[in-house]
Amino acid sequence: MSVLHPVAESPDPVLENHQPLGGRIVTKPFMLLGLLVLIGGYFILRRFLFGMGDVSHMSNGYPIGTWVVLDVVIGTAFGCGGFAMALLVYILNRNVYHPLIRPALLGGVFGYTLAGLAVMIDLGRYWNAFNLLMPWYAQINSVIFEVALCVMAYITVLWIEFWPAFLERMPSAIKKRFNLDKFQVFLRRYMYVFIALGVLLPTMHQSSLGSVLLIMGSKLSPLWYTQWLPLLFLISALAMGYGVVMLEATLVQRSFKLPSEAALLTKLSRVVAGLLVLFLIVRIGDLLARGQLGLAFNFDRYSILFLIETALFAAPIAILASQRRCANTRLRFLATISLLAAGSLYRMNGYLLAVNPGNGWTYFPSAPELMITVGVVCLEIMLYLIFIKTLPVLPGRTAKAGRPS
Amino acid sequence: MDANRRQFLRGAAGALATTAAAVAAPVSEAVAFGPREPKTLPPKAVGMLYDSTLCVGCKACVSACKEANGMPAEQPASLALWNEGTWDAAEDISGKTLNVIRVYQNGTMVEKDREQDGYAFVKRHCLHCVDPSCISVCPVSAMQKNPVTGIVTHNPDACIGCRYCVYGCPFNVPQYQFDEPFGRISKCQFCNHLQAQGKLPACCDVCPTGASLFGLVEDLQAEAERRLAAKPGETYTFPRGKLGGDRVGHEAPVGEYQPHIYGEKESGGTQVRYLTGVPHEKLGLPELPDHSYAAVSEGMQHTLYKGMIAPLALLGGLVVLARRSAKAYRDEDPTRTDDEEDSR
Repeated sequence: MSVLHPVAESPDPVLENHQPLGGRIVTKPFMLLGLLVLIGGYFILRRFLFGMGDVSHMSNGYPIGTWVVLDVVIGTAFGCGGFAMALLVYILNRNVYHPLIRPALLGGVFGYTLAGLAVMIDLGRYWNAFNLLMPWYAQINSVIFEVALCVMAYITVLWIEFWPAFLERMPSAIKKRFNLDKFQVFLRRYMYVFIALGVLLPTMHQSSLGSVLLIMGSKLSPLWYTQWLPLLFLISALAMGYGVVMLEATLVQRSFKLPSEAALLTKLSRVVAGLLVLFLIVRIGDLLARGQLGLAFNFDRYSILFLIETALFAAPIAILASQRRCANTRLRFLATISLLAAGSLYRMNGYLLAVNPGNGWTYFPSAPELMITVGVVCLEIMLYLIFIKTLPVLPGRTAKAGRPS
Repeated sequence: MDANRRQFLRGAAGALATTAAAVAAPVSEAVAFGPREPKTLPPKAVGMLYDSTLCVGCKACVSACKEANGMPAEQPASLALWNEGTWDAAEDISGKTLNVIRVYQNGTMVEKDREQDGYAFVKRHCLHCVDPSCISVCPVSAMQKNPVTGIVTHNPDACIGCRYCVYGCPFNVPQYQFDEPFGRISKCQFCNHLQAQGKLPACCDVCPTGASLFGLVEDLQAEAERRLAAKPGETYTFPRGKLGGDRVGHEAPVGEYQPHIYGEKESGGTQVRYLTGVPHEKLGLPELPDHSYAAVSEGMQHTLYKGMIAPLALLGGLVVLARRSAKAYRDEDPTRTDDEEDSR
């Protein structure tokens, strides 16, 4: 049978049957996104000409602002779709989900690459950034050092994992010219190593994003400050990764009128529900063990943030765990939104909203600061659209016959 | 369908178990291990004793600091109407101010060093922690602690400006210059350039009352304990400049101290000691545990990444599993349906 199928053509044996969407690239929504990118670009220029204080409300009380928290801490969690799906498909051998993996990977490619871009805007001494790679400057006790190197490595791995999509579309003349066929064979043979790295590296840096906060001590509310931060950040990254995949699949299927992936998504929902339950067990169990759960019911700022966050985590479980409710696209969509909001709020609380540096410092982002973040996200969406329209990313129509609907 | 469901739930349970096992094991180990060993005071650690009851708020130390370190005068926007930049009016330490005197005010402010209806001065600058958070978070070793004197210095050529030292410092000491296109981190380096020439740190050198006193940390600790033991109101000769130096002391009545030497144990200990008349938290000196959060953070990292064993073991397992899946999919017929696959 397999001789009938062009497996040999595909550099990645697992990802055949993907097709470019085609269609016009420059549409009205695309131009609107472009406008927002231009506005963001203007403020980025100002940031480099006049300093961060010109566009941002960051201060020495809150030196970490929305650029890091939205673009990196939350942005990379949104980029965890590739990580989460690779874990399911390749590590746990659930090949049934493979139609979802390449779009998820592409989300990861842009989520992470643009988080890297945002870091370059945020670094106060960006011209020294390469010091991170100089062994004589390395500071191995630093959590940030681990996060920085690990994210850089993962961005590289993501592009390598995604590379087959380029190779499939590349004219054979170019392939011959640069001897890419050999590269293709190499990738095909050793892709499993990159897949394994593509699971290990996010496990490391997503948990480390939690460890970063261990240094905050009493600056961070005890409702968030715990030794279990790394585990909680890892679980929330996975849950958000699956959440993004579900959101992406629903949105893309709706906008481009592709066949529904509902059956797959209903199955995936259970995994997500399990992760959310695990998260809440660790979260609440830890608060109980430390005797801090009482703080949750003070109804002050931190308590309210905690209650909203926990409600957003708990609400989707009721929908995602039930096959019947999950079959309802609208309910599933709401559950996905709630879960992504929960994970985002958890991260924002940990890095900003539950942080009190004392001495009366406060922080609320400025409009230009937010426009830079908006610009970066819009650029991400534009690139995603270009890629799915021109490269074989989404499951092709010909493959639909064999999929349960 | 039921068979599929069971199979699926098994898979989901497996997913959870693997995820949990991959991380929970080392994490729980970390909890069991707790923080890494606390660091100890360097052998010839130098420091400062700041006695808030002696401080008269003249701010000679602030202007001497600016001069010694070549920092510009500061003119906060809130004071711009009546101060056109002719004199320095820094309200707190900042990217341009390494050392500042702040005032505590309460009610009618009639009496110095009294919590109710009183006022008090406090000096803000780097405390040169024994186990500094700024060094622990810095990814490029820009923050360094001198192994002999214990002074915490900053190297702008290494610094990438990530500002996690600002974020993580329990005393909010390192300050980034947000208003500069090529800003840098500013922090008190205890005038180590002057100390190299055998001089005193500028603030201690100019202090007229001995409120800022330079010396070896151990001697300063003993001096602080002596002052705490002395009877409030009795005359005491307060050394000036350097503890054990040859300057004439300053005779004054002993203040009514809070019974706590701030900086001795806070955050794993620092090289600065504060004696105050009003509770330290009123002066912006935060309540902190006896251990450094750097020890907590590094304890976690050292357990998870000990010899890179856990990550490498995990990678090994992942490579084996990924290879198995990749091989299986390559060999099988991709046109077969997923239902078949599930009931396999």
